[in-house]
Amino acid sequence: MNVGVAVILVVSLNLVNGHTGQFSLGHAGFMAVGAYLSSACTLRFAPALAASAHPVLAQHTLFFFALLTGGLTAALAGFLIGLPSLRLKGDYLALITLGFGEIIRVVFQNTPALGGAIGLNGMPPLTTIAWTYGTVAVTVFTITCLVNSTYGRGFLAVRDNEIAASSIGLDPTRYKVVAFTLAAFFAGLAGGLFAHLKLAIDPRGFDFFRSFELVAMVLLGGMGNTLGVILAAVLLTLLPEFLRPVAEYRMILYAVLLIGLMLLRPQGLLNFRLGRARL
Amino acid sequence: MSEFLQQLINALSLGAIYALLALGYTMVYGVLRFINFAHADVFMIGAFTGSYVAKHVPSGTLVGGLAVLFAAMVVCALLGVLIERLAYRPLRRAPVLNVLITAIGVSLLLEYGVQLAAGANPRSFPAVFPVTQFQLGPLTVSSNQLVVIAVALALLGGLQWIIYRTRLGAAMRAVSLNPRAAQLVGINLNTVIAVTFALGSALAGAGGVLYALNYPSIDPFMGVMPGLKAFVAAILGGIGSLPGAALGALILGTAETFVGGSAYSTYKDAIAFGLLIVIMLFRPAGLLGRFTVEKV
Repeated sequence: MNVGVAVILVVSLNLVNGHTGQFSLGHAGFMAVGAYLSSACTLRFAPALAASAHPVLAQHTLFFFALLTGGLTAALAGFLIGLPSLRLKGDYLALITLGFGEIIRVVFQNTPALGGAIGLNGMPPLTTIAWTYGTVAVTVFTITCLVNSTYGRGFLAVRDNEIAASSIGLDPTRYKVVAFTLAAFFAGLAGGLFAHLKLAIDPRGFDFFRSFELVAMVLLGGMGNTLGVILAAVLLTLLPEFLRPVAEYRMILYAVLLIGLMLLRPQGLLNFRLGRARL
Repeated sequence: MSEFLQQLINALSLGAIYALLALGYTMVYGVLRFINFAHADVFMIGAFTGSYVAKHVPSGTLVGGLAVLFAAMVVCALLGVLIERLAYRPLRRAPVLNVLITAIGVSLLLEYGVQLAAGANPRSFPAVFPVTQFQLGPLTVSSNQLVVIAVALALLGGLQWIIYRTRLGAAMRAVSLNPRAAQLVGINLNTVIAVTFALGSALAGAGGVLYALNYPSIDPFMGVMPGLKAFVAAILGGIGSLPGAALGALILGTAETFVGGSAYSTYKDAIAFGLLIVIMLFRPAGLLGRFTVEKV
């Protein structure tokens, strides 16, 4: 189920970083928003539902609304953040999204109602295989359909050439904000699932390294290549399990992989559509 | 009032360290137009080099302290050149995003490499300079703060001299204005870029030692936050502009020290990013930067 959460995060990040060609380093921040908000929901309402006629059904209905709350709040955060910052380009955007991710983290760390530096714990274990892979399916379906729709071609146009896109009447900022908001929504859902899987969350779990890991997955899979990105998410989530004996080398391995990838195969390791590579 | 002045002195020494780091970012951005994420880790390597060298020189003397500082600068300058040669030069013609990602890769490599070599536990940094406290009326100034400010001023002065008074500096300015035109008039691009990395990394190394003097606990990830903040400072002042980087660093150091001393001290780490966002919205080119329109 860890894999499922990673897939949702990576596919949604791919919408921003891959399809729309922006560079966001703050995805973990949106995940944090979703995780906190949905946990707050279940922690607040779950005890009251335990006495109802169908406790299991009630719990899962609550979980649905909790996830939705987390996702929508994350989307709102994505919208508010995206609106001003997406007027910036490239490395500035990377930095400002990173900054926002860190601000979100610091705010959670300083909100006593949300556990402060200790975080939240004691969430009911509601994340099941059905919930996880249901959400994965919805995410992949929505994003694939969106990108392949007439409207969705706009994302690719903005990526390939922003000036050309705006000269044929597409509003690049608008497309970027839509991509950002939608990605944040799914990141929020993933955060909610993550929180009810781990049953304890704290602000340090959503720092810059988490965002970076996600970006590494997108790059490994090939930017804008949904299937490749899913494979990369599965691979990089399972890999550490097999590499337990050499766990301390894991991040070094990541780093070397990344540098090697950029030098030798910039279109992504798992992107086999030759001739269409562009980045 | 005396508390205000006291905070101002603290702000000045923090700002001086940020300035040393910010200059490296702004110089590299000036010639290559990308964020050198690994710069923050060069800063960390500077502090670690300092702590190793400090074992071999008499501690608590001015000569020993300067030797440590010098050694850290030399090691970092070499490291900077090496990073540029191995990781960035092959990507000279690649899109900015690829270089940016490589820079993050290099940064992680250095962090986890040092973690593997030296262990993840923070270690204490020896007092390499003589330590005394001066009382100026109600104010307390530590000798370390004076060292930080003096060294930073000396290095900034030296950099200013190199860039505006030497042939090499003129070449660097030419490359940052227009790399192709610079090549046309016979400037060796690779040399200039290597020198830029050497200078910037040497300043970062010095910054690392000075930072470790004031906050004497070093670990492989110590560079991440100061690095991000110094980059914010560079943007604040207008990236590519040297006086801008110094100004931005001072503003940031001041803002952070005063927030840290107020009731909202836990938000200290967020203030830099808050400032960044405000500046980006109202003056995307920074305080002293020039605004350029992208041409097709």
